[in-house]
Amino acid sequence: MTESRGASVRYENVQKSYDGETLVVKNLNLDIPPGEFLTMLGPSGSGKTTCLMMLAGFEPATHGEIFLNDKPINNVPPHKRGIGMVFQNYALFPHMSVAENLAFPLQVRGMGKAEQEEKVTRALEMVELGSFGSRRPAQLSGGQQQRVAVARALVFEPELVLMDEPLGALDKQLREQMQYEIKHIHENIGVSIVYVTHDQTEALTMSDRVAVFNDGIIQQLSEPDQLYENPQNSFVAQFIGENNKLSGTVVAVDGDTCDVKLDDGTMLKAEAVNIGAVGSRTTISLRPERVEFDTHESMDNLIPGEIREMIYLGDHIRVRMKVAGNDEFIVKVRNRGEKRDLRAGQTVEIGWAAGDCKALDPVA
Amino acid sequence: MNMHPQSDPQVLTTRDGTPLKVSLAKALRREKLRSLALIAPLLIFILVTFAAPIADMLLRSVENGIVENTLPKTVNALSGWDVTSSQLPGEPVYKALYEDLKVATAEKTHTRLGSRLNYEASGMSSLFRKTGRRIKRMDEAGPFAEQFIDIDKDWGDLATWRLLKRYSPKYTPGYFLNAADAQLTADGIAMKPENERIYLLLFARTLFLSLTITLCCLLLGYPIAFLLASLPLRSANLLMILVLLPFWTSLLVRTSAWKVLLQQEGVINDFLVWIGVIGDASRLVMINNKTGTIIAMTHILLPFMILPLFSVMKTISPSYVRAAKSLGATDWTAFWRVYFPQTVPGIGAGAILVFILAIGYYITPELVGGTDGIFISNRIAYHISSSLNWGLAAALGVILLGAVLLLFYVYDKIVGIDNVKLG
Ligand SMILES: Nc1ncnc2c1ncn2[C@@H]1O[C@H](COP(=O)(O)OP(=O)(O)O)[C@@H](O)[C@H]1O
Ligand SMILES: [Mg+2]
Repeated sequence: MTESRGASVRYENVQKSYDGETLVVKNLNLDIPPGEFLTMLGPSGSGKTTCLMMLAGFEPATHGEIFLNDKPINNVPPHKRGIGMVFQNYALFPHMSVAENLAFPLQVRGMGKAEQEEKVTRALEMVELGSFGSRRPAQLSGGQQQRVAVARALVFEPELVLMDEPLGALDKQLREQMQYEIKHIHENIGVSIVYVTHDQTEALTMSDRVAVFNDGIIQQLSEPDQLYENPQNSFVAQFIGENNKLSGTVVAVDGDTCDVKLDDGTMLKAEAVNIGAVGSRTTISLRPERVEFDTHESMDNLIPGEIREMIYLGDHIRVRMKVAGNDEFIVKVRNRGEKRDLRAGQTVEIGWAAGDCKALDPVA
Repeated sequence: MNMHPQSDPQVLTTRDGTPLKVSLAKALRREKLRSLALIAPLLIFILVTFAAPIADMLLRSVENGIVENTLPKTVNALSGWDVTSSQLPGEPVYKALYEDLKVATAEKTHTRLGSRLNYEASGMSSLFRKTGRRIKRMDEAGPFAEQFIDIDKDWGDLATWRLLKRYSPKYTPGYFLNAADAQLTADGIAMKPENERIYLLLFARTLFLSLTITLCCLLLGYPIAFLLASLPLRSANLLMILVLLPFWTSLLVRTSAWKVLLQQEGVINDFLVWIGVIGDASRLVMINNKTGTIIAMTHILLPFMILPLFSVMKTISPSYVRAAKSLGATDWTAFWRVYFPQTVPGIGAGAILVFILAIGYYITPELVGGTDGIFISNRIAYHISSSLNWGLAAALGVILLGAVLLLFYVYDKIVGIDNVKLG
């Protein structure tokens, strides 16, 4: 209810190796201000869970230091860190009722019976499970178990809550509903939340900031919209949302923009985001919905493309084209109701602005 | 809705009008018969080799046809005689006895009857043997009573006739009374004299030692199972082989190894004397007593505790303990409140397994138990192979079985038998 309930977290040059041969986390530096909802997003095996476990105290950092509220915690055992945690399989104690599960953190803190009961009731009401206190976890549905797990991680009023793919086991509809509920709980209580997921929609929906992980490195740390609008490298551009790739060579750089010669000879103007000097290879990233069929002279890039396939999807139409040698080029056309004369096999002109295509680091 | 207006709307029917339940049962019958045919060989095997012998044993513990079979006329004649009377039975009974014994001697069954009755009162065996030898020389004309008493004055003793009368019914509680250190006397059931009691003590010792062994196995096995379950797979497999290693050596070899270790001139005592913990004169007695039985049997039964514990622990996700710690529990609290309760089904399974095996154990107590470390099963074995008192052995076995079932029942009431998991 107050803004000040959250804790701050800082990773400083943290490295982690399990086997002494490979670094699973390579030099992590991350600053999380109080009350932030930060998501670690990345493919499986990219080191997200490891980062979370080091913060929770279940894995020691091989190198570097982690700070909680500006105090180093490397030598603080997990139970003294006061960090709430929601596990992927919920880890609700099967031999205790829901209420006993919630009372557990209060009991171990030596809280009085009456106070315990009051807090448990309040926590159950928060997740709308008021009448389920006497049930065993196994008697609850997946979504209800999930809520109990969230309530248990919050009931002892920690300043920081960690969640490791907490919605992974739920079906799509329930997952979306829980995303909003967790987001609202976060807004209401103001705790800091570090959330791990490999689902980009989840990350974009819930987070204040997203740290995109790959290969033990944070590829980009920014607000959700920036992640989509301004990817800093090809991995992020590809990982977040749909993306057309075009490979070429930088032929000229002019401030924020650059000219790129594609491999088939086509010249494009693109925003210079992450490129080397003139002559270096680059990959152009272009969102499918930024490509227009209604071209006009003022567009920076105008090139022909051959329609290969049209897929009707209700609110929009996906058009697969062959453009500049790439026949996986996708264009999304919004369904505005007007009759448009597009057919497979046609060659049409398409266009987009230079600012909509980013010249990034080359991918193989 | 109802396609068959002629049928009761409450009863669902198939299209041809037969009730649905009947059709379903018919359809399932074939399935049932087929599965029954599949398990039939096993069922027959178990019935023939397991259930039938046990039933036979149960019967033997009360069966007592031998008196009536050997002395049918005597038993019949005795039916009119009152056990409590102070008068010897009349001449007709002695006559019947003569006729019975003549047949019995010819068939040589009188000695068997003698040994049977000898279980109840010593002297009976020799009485029947002696009488059998002399019976041919007896005068067929009588009077029989005098001739019998002349052969052996025991025939003139009320106790002999009371014994015969008491054991003439087809079924007897005698074996069970005997197994409970009691006997049937003229004035009903009474405990045997103090110095003849043995079985109750043995039962109590068997139960007590089995419980102790179970507890030792649990105390030793729990940490090992925990270690096994938390180690990475490769080292866990290696350790598992070590746990199972004892299974690969003969029971006799293992037990004899304990003899080598534990005896007074053995390795352990030698070592203790050598490092000066105990004096040469006060070597520890660790074998041929209860200690020896407990040590050797704990060792032998340990795997039966570790395996169920391990298989239960392996299924407990480490995230439970982590969750507990993240919620503020110390290592001990996390273990005791979260981990341990989830291993209770494994403890139950292991404890039952070890206890049941221990309570019927025979070879190890025989070898290392001495006199005060032997079990009731050693006594049962003695009666089966040496004294040939199968009825008593059967009664002891039935009591043992009953005790185990009773303990099962108590366990079920306290812990719940469905709260047992082997894996
Ligand atoms: N306990 C462990 N022992 C050895 N290697 C591990 C362990 N946990 C994770 N790893 C390895 O570390 C890498 C990162 O794992 P993890 O942090 O779980 O990734 P993520 O959560 O992003 O999927 C993976 O290659 C994984 O195999
Ligand atoms: Mg993970």
